[in-house]
Amino acid sequence: MANRPELIAPPEIFYDDTEARKYTSSSRIIDIQAKLSERALELLALPGDGVPRLLLDIGCGSGLSGETLSENGHQWIGLDISQSMLNIALEREVEGDLLLGDMGQGLGLRPGVVDGAISISAVQWLCNADKASHEPRLRLKAFFGSLYRCLARGARAVFQIYPESVAQRELILGAAMRAGFAGGVVVDYPHSSKSRKEFLVLTCGPPSISSEAPKGKVGDMESCSDDESSGDEENRTVCISDRHRPRKKQKITKKGKGREWVLKKKEQMRRKGCAVPPDTKYTARKRKARF
Amino acid sequence: MRLLTHNMLSSNIKGVANGFPLLIEVEKVIEKQVDFNPDFLKNIFPKIEWKALVEASRSMGYAELPEESPESWMLDSDDFLRKFHHALLELHLEEGALVCPETGRKFPVNKGIPNMLLHEDEV
Repeated sequence: MANRPELIAPPEIFYDDTEARKYTSSSRIIDIQAKLSERALELLALPGDGVPRLLLDIGCGSGLSGETLSENGHQWIGLDISQSMLNIALEREVEGDLLLGDMGQGLGLRPGVVDGAISISAVQWLCNADKASHEPRLRLKAFFGSLYRCLARGARAVFQIYPESVAQRELILGAAMRAGFAGGVVVDYPHSSKSRKEFLVLTCGPPSISSEAPKGKVGDMESCSDDESSGDEENRTVCISDRHRPRKKQKITKKGKGREWVLKKKEQMRRKGCAVPPDTKYTARKRKARF
Repeated sequence: MRLLTHNMLSSNIKGVANGFPLLIEVEKVIEKQVDFNPDFLKNIFPKIEWKALVEASRSMGYAELPEESPESWMLDSDDFLRKFHHALLELHLEEGALVCPETGRKFPVNKGIPNMLLHEDEV
C-alpha cells in the first residue's frame, strides 16, 4: 500500500476535522466499515439468545462500526484518540458511549465486565512510535494486558487489521499471546488482493476447542469477479500438471515416507513449540484395506 | 456518558491501586430515552457495582435506587427494573468531570465525552 495513513501522522493529528468529515462522508468507506464490523461481530460468536451484550469498540472513530453494533441491539462503549472523529460521532448521534482515550495507555476498565471487543482498522496504529515516550512493544503490552483484564472469561476480541508486513503481524500477535489470549489470524478471501481482509480473533482464557480460530471466507465476493477467474485458473493448472506427471514418479510418492520420516518431522515440530500428538505404536502405521 | 460506562471505568494512572469508583462532578445532566430491555438488565446486573451506581445516580440527582444491593427476586419486579434502567442508561453526564478517588486527578467531560488521555508522566 502506497499511502498508509499511519505513516503520515499520529492518529490524533491525522484525523483532524477535515479528514474526519471526509472519512465519514464517503459512502464507500461507510459501506466497507459496515461490512467489516458485521463480519467482526459474526466472528465474536456471541451466544445467539438475543440478549444484548456490553461490547467495546476500540478505535471507534465516528461510530460507523458502532452503528452496526447498535443495529444488532448491543450496548457499546467506544474509545478513540481523535477528538475530531468523536465530534462527528456526536453529530451522527450514535447510541453508544464515547471515550477520548489512547489504547496504548491501556484501557481503564474494571476487570471482567465486557462481553466482547471489536476493533476495525485500528490496532496497527500501535506499531508506530509517534512520540519520544512511545515504545510500540510496551504500548501493545499495555493495550492487550488491560484488554485481557477487562474482558469476561471466555469472551472474544476481534480486530480487523491491515498489517504492513509479516513482522508487524507477528509483533501484534505475539503481544496478544503474551497477554494470555488464545486464538489466531482469520483471513477472508486470501487469494484476492482487493477484498483480502485479516481478522485477529482472540479468546480470553487458555486454548481450547472453542478458542480455535474460525475459518476465513474463501471463494468470491460478488464485487470482484476478476479475482474469481484468477483463482479458477490456478486450480486448472494444478490439474494439468498432475495428469502429465510421469507414472513412475507417482508410484514412488505413493509408497509414503515411512515411520522414521514421520518421527523426525514430529520432533522438528515439537522443537518449534507446536502441539504434536505423542508417538505411539500407531504412528505412521498403514491403515487396513477395509478402512 | 451514561452511568453504565461510569460503572465500568476506573482510573488508569500508573501507581493507582484502587481507581474505582471515579467521583462525579456534575455541571450538566441530560436525559435521553432508551428502549427498555429487561434481558439486558438482568444480564448486566451481576457485573454492576451497586454501591457505585447508587452514589453516582445520587450525585446526578436521581435518588430512587435502594441503598442496599438488591436481592435476585427484585430483578423480576418491573418497578425496580424501570428504575435500574433509568439510572443505568438514560442519565447522561453532559458536562462536568470525573475525579480519581486516589490522586484527585480530574478527567474533564465535554459534550458527554470523558477525556481519559493521560499525561506522559502518568503512563
